[in-house]
Amino acid sequence: MNWVNVLVQGVLLGGFYALLACGLSLMFGVMRIINLAHGDIAVIGAYLIWVLVNQTSIPPWLAALLVLPIMWVAGYAMYVLLLERSRRAGQLVPLLTTFGLAIVIENVLLQVFSPDDHSLLSSTGTLATSSISFGGLSISIFGILTLATAVVVLTGLQLFLSRTTSGRQMRATAEDPDIAELVGINARAVYAKATAIAVAIGALGGIFLAIRQTFNPFTGPTQLIFAFEAVVIGGFGSPWGTLLGGIVLGVAQVIGAQVNPQYFVLFGHLVFLAVLASPRVGLLSRRVHAL
Amino acid sequence: MIHTRDAPLTGGFRVQRWTRLSVVSALLTVAVIVVLAVAPFLFGADVTEQLTTLLIFVILAVMWNALAGYGGLISVGQQAFIGLGAYGTIFLTQHGIAPYLAMILAGLGAGVVAVPTSLIMLRLRGGQFAIGMWVVAEVFGILVTLDTGLGGGTGISLSGLNVFAPGYRQAYTFWVTLACATVLLGVVFFLLRRRIGSSLQAVRDDEEAAASLGVNVVRSKRVLFVVAAVGCGIAGALYLANTLFIQTTSVFGVQWTAYMLFMVLVGGLGTFEGPIIGAIIFYLIQAQFGDSGAWYFVGLGATAIAFALFLPHGIWGAIDRRLQLRLLPVGYTLRRLETAEPASAGRAATDT
Repeated sequence: MNWVNVLVQGVLLGGFYALLACGLSLMFGVMRIINLAHGDIAVIGAYLIWVLVNQTSIPPWLAALLVLPIMWVAGYAMYVLLLERSRRAGQLVPLLTTFGLAIVIENVLLQVFSPDDHSLLSSTGTLATSSISFGGLSISIFGILTLATAVVVLTGLQLFLSRTTSGRQMRATAEDPDIAELVGINARAVYAKATAIAVAIGALGGIFLAIRQTFNPFTGPTQLIFAFEAVVIGGFGSPWGTLLGGIVLGVAQVIGAQVNPQYFVLFGHLVFLAVLASPRVGLLSRRVHAL
Repeated sequence: MIHTRDAPLTGGFRVQRWTRLSVVSALLTVAVIVVLAVAPFLFGADVTEQLTTLLIFVILAVMWNALAGYGGLISVGQQAFIGLGAYGTIFLTQHGIAPYLAMILAGLGAGVVAVPTSLIMLRLRGGQFAIGMWVVAEVFGILVTLDTGLGGGTGISLSGLNVFAPGYRQAYTFWVTLACATVLLGVVFFLLRRRIGSSLQAVRDDEEAAASLGVNVVRSKRVLFVVAAVGCGIAGALYLANTLFIQTTSVFGVQWTAYMLFMVLVGGLGTFEGPIIGAIIFYLIQAQFGDSGAWYFVGLGATAIAFALFLPHGIWGAIDRRLQLRLLPVGYTLRRLETAEPASAGRAATDT
């Protein structure tokens, strides 16, 4: 069945978008900041792992274990050096500075790595290309792995926010930073931690990006847009909404490509705009700060 | 706080809009426009073309600043309207309309498209509006690419201007650009001086508070959004007339937002004069370093970040704060009366 196949491919693609969107959603939920460099952070992750794999010929999963802590620290630094000051300067300033950061990242990558396309596909062996057949359907193992990772990350975030002390502090700070500080929470440390988590998850998305497709210094903005669409379609601030949003976006794109290969991106955008135009924005929208 | 004409003020102060300096600078503005108007007679065609580019930057910077600095609407997608203006011009000339008329109509057409767009986009705030507009620009770009009549993705030339000899064409394009820039800046200037200007700034600073004071938030934003769309649309059409060839990737590209952000942040976000200064600075930097490739853009981005963090009102804001210069009066100035006459202070008023 062709359309069932399309649906399955769309769902698997949606897992990838949800993974990209987690960090964006977390930062917005906790700090009300939309990080316009989020897509570029994923691309940095992709480049770092590509360099490690090519220079040292270690397997990609091991390289990923090295890259994620690096990006965690980078996220922490990004908060301290850029976002802390931006956040205090006013609501709109983080948009200006993260857009500036996106331009800087893209062009530094261009200068260092040239505009050529790269991919990790050749280094990942059979994992990236093999698939299982199931009732006439061909399901990519890598797609399932991506979706499973997205589910694990979202579940982990959910548990972290609801069960751990840090998570509860994060929710309290998201709710009202001033009151949170009154009861002894260091809002600045909480924000820095949220940024670090968001950047590390973004880089994790970048690793999957590097395996599933080619990337170049200017791949980031498109990833940002897709991640943002997933977050909005799902309803801002809800983790499972983000997964559902990613899946709706993925299915829409795959259906579009089925109609005409040129409609792949367009159909996703149109579903996004339709959701925005609907009376209640977002499929699982609740009050934003409920996270 | 807005003092109307009859607002009583005590303590020997008076509110004035026009200071002696701003009268002088208004006259200077007229003089600059006149000098610019005769520039094509004085300089060669290449200078004329450069001046056209500069004026297009000025229009773009003023429009982006009107949205961001006065409306609190940071748009990453104004290239949606730049592209519509450029491709609208191509479309209209293909249907037999004279190029310069087509450019104006295409700019107004961008404003017409902005009305339904605003119905969706103005429901969003902050970063959601920013990226939402980016998606709109992408959609418009894809739709134009799908139309083979408009050259698809490979680009298309504006052929209607071939009837003029090159030197004349550049002069005509420059005069049209100068006229458009004057009218558009005039519209923004007078818009910001009227009630809607104060309403918009109230909305930018605190949307709930403004709404509770009776400001029609959505209407104020929509007027600004449509005006900015017309401005960017005309700028896009002028860009086409100046370069004669466009591609969807060039006119619908997000680099326009990078340029506008840079010009406005460096010049002065939320000031009327700032973006004009920012456009001149950007023009000079581009002329100097535009060929340096990636490092040029790294510099632009880093400078924009530095200004946003350390000099949020830009160069003009810093000058204004020190010297209290208000060259073109959008706001009001509070002055102590030199001969304090409490009786007349009540009538001391502004002349708009």
